[in-house]
Amino acid sequence: MPPFAPAAGGGNEQPTALLKVEHLTMRFGGLVAVDDVSFEAPNAGITAIIGPNGAGKTTVFNCLTGFYKPSVGRLTLSHPRRGPLYLERMEGFRIPQVAGVARTFQNVRLFGGMSVLENLIVAQHNELMHASFFSLAGLLGLGRYRRAEAKAVERARYWLDRVGLTARADWDAANLPYGEQRRLEIARAMCSQPVLLCLDEPAAGLNPRESSDLNRLLIGIRDEQRIGILLIEHDMSVVMGISDKIVVLDHGRQIAEGEPRQVRADPAVIRAYLGEDENEDLPPEVARDLARDGGSA
Amino acid sequence: MSGARLFGPAWLTEGVKEALLQALVALILAVPLIGLKTVQEPGGLGLQTRWPAVAIAVACVFVGRLLLVIARHIWPPRPKAAHSPVVAARIRRFVRLLGPATIAFALLLPFLPFADRYVLDVSILVLTYVMLGWGLNIVVGLAGLLDLGYVAFYAVGAYSYALFAANFGLSFWACLPIAGALAATFGILLGFPVLRLRGDYLAIVTLGFGEMIRVILINWSSLTNGPRGISGIPRPDFFGVPFNPSPAPDASAFHTLFGIAYSPIQRVIFLYYLILVLALLTNLFTLRIRKLPVGRAWEALREDEIACRSLGINPTNTKLTAFAIGAMFAGFAGSFFATRQGFISPESFTFLESAIILAIVVLGGMGSQVGIVIAAIVLIGGPELVRELEEYRMLAFGGLMVLIMVWRPRGLLAFREPTIRLADFDRTARARSEPAATVP
Repeated sequence: MPPFAPAAGGGNEQPTALLKVEHLTMRFGGLVAVDDVSFEAPNAGITAIIGPNGAGKTTVFNCLTGFYKPSVGRLTLSHPRRGPLYLERMEGFRIPQVAGVARTFQNVRLFGGMSVLENLIVAQHNELMHASFFSLAGLLGLGRYRRAEAKAVERARYWLDRVGLTARADWDAANLPYGEQRRLEIARAMCSQPVLLCLDEPAAGLNPRESSDLNRLLIGIRDEQRIGILLIEHDMSVVMGISDKIVVLDHGRQIAEGEPRQVRADPAVIRAYLGEDENEDLPPEVARDLARDGGSA
Repeated sequence: MSGARLFGPAWLTEGVKEALLQALVALILAVPLIGLKTVQEPGGLGLQTRWPAVAIAVACVFVGRLLLVIARHIWPPRPKAAHSPVVAARIRRFVRLLGPATIAFALLLPFLPFADRYVLDVSILVLTYVMLGWGLNIVVGLAGLLDLGYVAFYAVGAYSYALFAANFGLSFWACLPIAGALAATFGILLGFPVLRLRGDYLAIVTLGFGEMIRVILINWSSLTNGPRGISGIPRPDFFGVPFNPSPAPDASAFHTLFGIAYSPIQRVIFLYYLILVLALLTNLFTLRIRKLPVGRAWEALREDEIACRSLGINPTNTKLTAFAIGAMFAGFAGSFFATRQGFISPESFTFLESAIILAIVVLGGMGSQVGIVIAAIVLIGGPELVRELEEYRMLAFGGLMVLIMVWRPRGLLAFREPTIRLADFDRTARARSEPAATVP
């Protein structure tokens, strides 16, 4: 058993629904960014959300992680220790704190002026706050806090090793190259010991080698930590290579859900990605007329 | 191209052009500022013109700029290496030596031969601002919340001590925690409405809050005695023993307790050590809390609030603790100010004070404890040192500030020491060989 694996979830081979999204709708004034989306994400499985630009993928993430309050819908997280939690009712920062939903951002958001190690320690804030009686024990120099901090450093070191950043531990996060910043963000999310990890385009801007390293890392996290991973990604080599399940959104609506093989063959998905040939069902002479008039219309 | 031949090389032509432009700006500024002077005349105010002075000022700017251009050509400026690891390491070494040396000097200062009453008074003033700077540094430097109304908490502390001591006869040591608690309460009071604000907007609201407290102090005459202020604030005593030249036969005084002759400087030295201890406590607290979850959360909040929320850090609590703790130290400093002055009025707590404290934090280099000490010495002690310059004092002061900002735009000692290093941690963990540190 790997160190720091969550207590529950080990040995349970049948993937269960960790997250259940029902009728999620998000409106901004008159704009419907996400329209009646429902899907399930299994425990110890990787679920990818894909779709063309502007399909509402990041909006779904922002609803799940408490940055937006959904207009309609229920988001149920079956926490292995705390039972079912309704994310749409929780205050933003409580979702990572209580429900254990960690996320990364499309444009990396690290604590740039702080060191790599500090980034990982800050991620364990709540645990350290409890261990130190809200910092009082630390202020008085009690051993209790020192032990908690030592444990936090060891957890940070474990994840630094996993993402290959141990040698950079004392660097300022802002001075890392882009690919390493992305990996550090994943390590930081993992240090908060989530039950659901949400990654917003983790492979964006990575070269093919880094991207295959990322695949291995994510598969490792899924198999060893046995947590759910939710993934927004455009890089199809990542999506098709590691996903257990794919949800396809287009213009805020869910157009497909299923295993990678099914989704790849789904005509609705092909239409959304390759564009629809609107005239293909029409009689040939009508299509010809439309094509001739279409330019001036 | 004829210009190039006329003035010599191209860089000189450029320099002359630049100097002419600067001279023009100087002319525009100098005409109303120097050229026109209002004078008393029988029929009222009259205008007097001083064109020769304007001409001299413009000429000075032109020649000065030209000399600067020539100097730059002869000695080209070295490329900036403000944040290279080498410079950072040099600063770190410097600070490590400077910190203890400064503390040792501060402890010995009252016994040095040149330390007369005047030097001690200035030192007390400087230390008060060092403490205020360290307090504000928690809010601005660590938590990144730009607070332009910090003097409000200083005022709350001063008035709480004055009122509690005058009305209930409480001693300084009893009032100190009360003043700190009250100031912290006001810090939370200010914190709540500004939770959603950042940057400029936060600065505006805190500026308004600082002014509100001052206006309340002026107008709530029944409590604060309005603009006349509170006088006769009890002077500090040596843990219950007063500094009294002629104590009653059965009572003791500081000099009889120690069997030495009475001297008025004893009280000043006591005040000096009092503020030194208070300031060092502030410093110790800050150094410690930086390594604790709360302090790290403050710094994380300064770096990225959204990322903080995504890690389950409660931004409300984090901001409020920063405001409250920063305010608490201002409250302590305020009590000290009241007991030292013996008299306080709303005039002591104007926006200028907030601006000076903020200038100390910014000039010192945000978040740098030693930098704040240097900045306080420069900004508070500097004007005292050049008192002989009389009316040119503020000019020298302004020039100095401009020079610091040109020389080190990010503050005197702008570098950040990580609160934990993996290498150092390994060394201490091995030394202690604690069981928790040996988990795989």
